[in-house]
Amino acid sequence: MSSTERPGLTGGADPAERAGWGEHPPRMGFFTDTSVCIGCKACEVACKEWNEVPADGLLLTGMSFDNTIGLSGSTWRHVAFIEQQAPAGGPGQAAGGPGADGAAGPMRWLMSSDVCKHCSEAGCLDVCPTGALMRTEFGTVVVQDDVCNGCGYCVPACPFGVIGRREDDGGAHKCTLCYDRLGVGMEPACAKACPTDSIQFGPLDELRERAQARVVDLQEAGRADARLYLEGPDDGIGGAGAFFLLLDEPEVYGLPPDPVVATRSLPRMWKHAGLAAAGVGAMVLTAFFGSGTERR
Amino acid sequence: MSSPQPGTNPGPGTGSGPPRADGGRPRTGGGRHARPGRNGRGPRGRGGGEQFMVPRADFRSYYGRPVIKEPVWKEPDVPAYLFFGGLAGASSVLAAAAQLTGRPGLARAAKTAAFGGISLSSAALINDLGRPARFHHMLRVFKVSSPMSVGSWLLSAYGPAAGAAVLSDFTGILPAVGSAATAGAALLGPAVTTYTAVLLCDTAVPAWHEAHREMPYVFAGSAASAAGGFALLAAPHGQAEPARRLAIVGAAVELAAKKLLERRLDARAEPYQTGRAGALLRAGEIVTACGLAVAGLSRRSRVGSALSGLALLGASALTRFGIFEAGRISARYPEYTVVPQRERKRNREAQDSQASQTPHAIQRSHAPQADQ
Repeated sequence: MSSTERPGLTGGADPAERAGWGEHPPRMGFFTDTSVCIGCKACEVACKEWNEVPADGLLLTGMSFDNTIGLSGSTWRHVAFIEQQAPAGGPGQAAGGPGADGAAGPMRWLMSSDVCKHCSEAGCLDVCPTGALMRTEFGTVVVQDDVCNGCGYCVPACPFGVIGRREDDGGAHKCTLCYDRLGVGMEPACAKACPTDSIQFGPLDELRERAQARVVDLQEAGRADARLYLEGPDDGIGGAGAFFLLLDEPEVYGLPPDPVVATRSLPRMWKHAGLAAAGVGAMVLTAFFGSGTERR
Repeated sequence: MSSPQPGTNPGPGTGSGPPRADGGRPRTGGGRHARPGRNGRGPRGRGGGEQFMVPRADFRSYYGRPVIKEPVWKEPDVPAYLFFGGLAGASSVLAAAAQLTGRPGLARAAKTAAFGGISLSSAALINDLGRPARFHHMLRVFKVSSPMSVGSWLLSAYGPAAGAAVLSDFTGILPAVGSAATAGAALLGPAVTTYTAVLLCDTAVPAWHEAHREMPYVFAGSAASAAGGFALLAAPHGQAEPARRLAIVGAAVELAAKKLLERRLDARAEPYQTGRAGALLRAGEIVTACGLAVAGLSRRSRVGSALSGLALLGASALTRFGIFEAGRISARYPEYTVVPQRERKRNREAQDSQASQTPHAIQRSHAPQADQ
């Protein structure tokens, strides 16, 4: 385990425990296996329906079948669609689809349902000045809407661009991993709705084992490009509560290749701020030095 | 544009101008300057200059969409909050020093700047909230991990002190309390000038976070220069000499820290050097230089002092707006997030493979260190 790795201010192997939960259920999370995603967007719909998240309007983007664009305050599941030429020797033999730019070679379609990562060291949670963002007993990260004052600090603090501030109510919103459903022993709406089990829900330890087995299977079956993303506790966010099996580099899916929560450098930042503050005093002293006392 | 390679094309070149997407540029390494940005401009400002400041590594993205969210903080609210907070904090130190050395006119001007500045700063911050009526929720908890929480508590102690100091000064009521408040505000003031730097840098915004080492010094210098500038403008001419010196020292510190920042960030300083942010920051430097020249040359001239004070105030504000804009731009375009992270990952992996050949170093390979 990773408890000896640099823990952030709020991280560590068991974030629920660090947050002060005594007896608590195991850490729950998502394993999104994008190799079996069919891009049906049932997760997007189920999420909106269950959580009563408002619509974003109708918009045709031209980004393949993706008209959702990205995660935001009103989109907590987002299915990405990538049309690309398959790597040499790979499976994926569909004929050139729309958008093929004329070059030879089989096209393939990557689809991936993105979601809040429920980081062990969550930037949004670290910087929230009101305490609206909290760590649940399941190790997930949730916004308490009745506390949030819409300061917007969590928005640029997230290394994944997940959380957003909604125009309609001025508050910050994101995936709750269906905190209400978890509380009564149900699985989150997106996982429930997923017809291919691309979205798998469960105790994080189990999911990690399952994901390891799956990636080995895929690689043995010739999918050399299969890789896990955010699966371990040793990354820059102390491990994610929601991790992924991807078939290309993370940035191709709009995910950061090496996210590090900003708070890890916070002690050093405070130190510099302290020195600079002392500098303000020094500058004023310099300004008065030798000018003596005025008699007027 | 480089020719597409198998497996590296994150999306088709969508020729049909999508309404919100930045366009499906497959390889933004070559295509970034031709990218139709939200305002029709690339990060370099107008049009599509072809020359690169440094050769840029190829990188891939999801239809050119940003990886992180652009701050939802508004302009002018948040840059104004930074500027007025700085003006206030440094003015309080100036006020106390002026009072101690028997310059009541200078002290009064600085106290006025402190209270006026912190009032405007707080008002701007509250106005920027999505739910302004809940501003007091900032004081529900105290979290060192949140610079905004630390700042809110700081302001709630500093604001009343700055208020009491100026009130007592103008009315003559309770001079002892006034002196204590002046001292209290002077003690808290420096922190008020620099915590906002940490506030910006403790985010995933590349231009801000990567500059976290220098930013507090830029803010400290900018604040001192603004405080000196305001006092030059408002204090009695005969007492303003320390204000002139403070303005000059502050401006010099600000300039030096900014240069250091750009030098250390090297290629990653691009958001500070190009586009609107670059223009604002350059304008700030020019105005600073003018202000410094006038301040140095016109010691005896009342008008000259006032002009230089005004210039340095303006320069400090330009710096804040420029830094704010640079952060927004660096969040808006994915290359600023992806390229440095790729580099970091590559370096770590290279170290790892070296470490695995050196038995001693095996243990220290994995966790990504907080950068620098």
